[in-house]
Amino acid sequence: MRFVDEYRDPVASRRVLATIAELAGTERHYKFMEVCGGHTHTIYRHGIEHVLPRNVELVHGPGCPVCVIPMGRIDDAIAVAETPGVIFTSFGDMMRVPGGNGTLLEAKARGADVRFVYSPLDALKVAADNPDRQVVFFAVGFETTAPSTAVTLVKARDDRVMNFSVFSNHVTIVPPIKAILDSPDLRLDGFLGPGHVSTVVGNHPYRFVARDYGKPLVTAGFEPLDILQAIAMLLAQIREGRCEIENQYTRIVRDEGNPRALQFLAEVFELRPHFEWRGLGFIAQSALKLRAEFAPWDAELRFAVPGVRVADPKACQCGEVLKGVIKPWECKVFGTACTPETPIGTCMVSSEGACAAYYNFGRLHREAAVTLGRASV
Amino acid sequence: MCLGIPGQLVEFVPDNDQLARVEVSGVRRMINIGLLEDEALEVGDWVLIHVGFAMSKIDEEEAAVALASLRLMGSGLDDEMEMLRGTAP
Repeated sequence: MRFVDEYRDPVASRRVLATIAELAGTERHYKFMEVCGGHTHTIYRHGIEHVLPRNVELVHGPGCPVCVIPMGRIDDAIAVAETPGVIFTSFGDMMRVPGGNGTLLEAKARGADVRFVYSPLDALKVAADNPDRQVVFFAVGFETTAPSTAVTLVKARDDRVMNFSVFSNHVTIVPPIKAILDSPDLRLDGFLGPGHVSTVVGNHPYRFVARDYGKPLVTAGFEPLDILQAIAMLLAQIREGRCEIENQYTRIVRDEGNPRALQFLAEVFELRPHFEWRGLGFIAQSALKLRAEFAPWDAELRFAVPGVRVADPKACQCGEVLKGVIKPWECKVFGTACTPETPIGTCMVSSEGACAAYYNFGRLHREAAVTLGRASV
Repeated sequence: MCLGIPGQLVEFVPDNDQLARVEVSGVRRMINIGLLEDEALEVGDWVLIHVGFAMSKIDEEEAAVALASLRLMGSGLDDEMEMLRGTAP
């Protein structure tokens, strides 16, 4: 564990925390959004909220691909899965997400042939192994997973696997950040930019955040020290009157991203005119559909997809959680009617969801905060 | 899904430059390395894997850190490992 200790070193953490305290001063309040669900996890797991100065607040963003899929799309997925002859393949995370008409897991219990896959390539293999069946892959995720779906579709085309199709729910990271900046609900002072999705898209797409909205953004890694350093970098920018896109996670993220992955995305996908996001509503050009050239592999063209819009249950406040307007524990049903075992909303289902993270780690806060460096919390 | 899992390249596949076998936390499986074609990967290199695709080349230090992070996510790593094992060719 010699490498890991560097990022968990209490002395180093204390040093960065001292810098944060000095930069933050006491005159004003700072509110930063961590866009990525992975960051939310680190923050809760290590009790970072407890060691920050009181005037530095972190709010959670929409960067959990499972969380932002609206209920209607789950119902669409179930409708396709229940079409006779179909084998419906999905990542495990999506199986327990409730739509208006139950979950994929319940559809499986009713008799639909729903199978977990680890990779879209595994779904393609199921298709090759079952030539007399229609095999559909439920594609979700930001630009982190979309290139994998793109490569798989190119392979399906090249190998002429005609009984395979993709139900694309891929979304893109920039439009929701813009939607949040345009939303009157929230006044933010800056962003912790997402880590792994930026390995694909790079840092250039975030430039508008500084240029058009005058907010700093720092792409951050997933260790507690990464998060603390990124917060210090944001505060230093504000303090020095700068407003830039900076990269704390240079170990992995390059400014230009992964050009080959971006090439595959461009070859296979085009932007949808609009797409519904849970909590954020319809956002223009925020999701990916298959290009006309890939129409034979587009599940939305091959199957009757109901496409009905389903409102979230009244009690569920995932929308507000995803916009950072409320914290998970401020939701009326958090931990009572809505738990990871019986989730009402998506944020409680995914291990990247803010509610599941807080539910699992909230009680560890104090312990973790102590190891991170503050003696009495 | 959105968090990558680190794996170490153990062998390339003859006649297929898109595939390689990696070891992830003691489990071996085939992954696609086509998106890192420009990286001149070698056996022993570490990569960050998302849904069966190597998405970035990383160093040993980052691999150790990323794996420790995933362990702390609890079910996050368990789920990934279960899927890896379940589908390992």
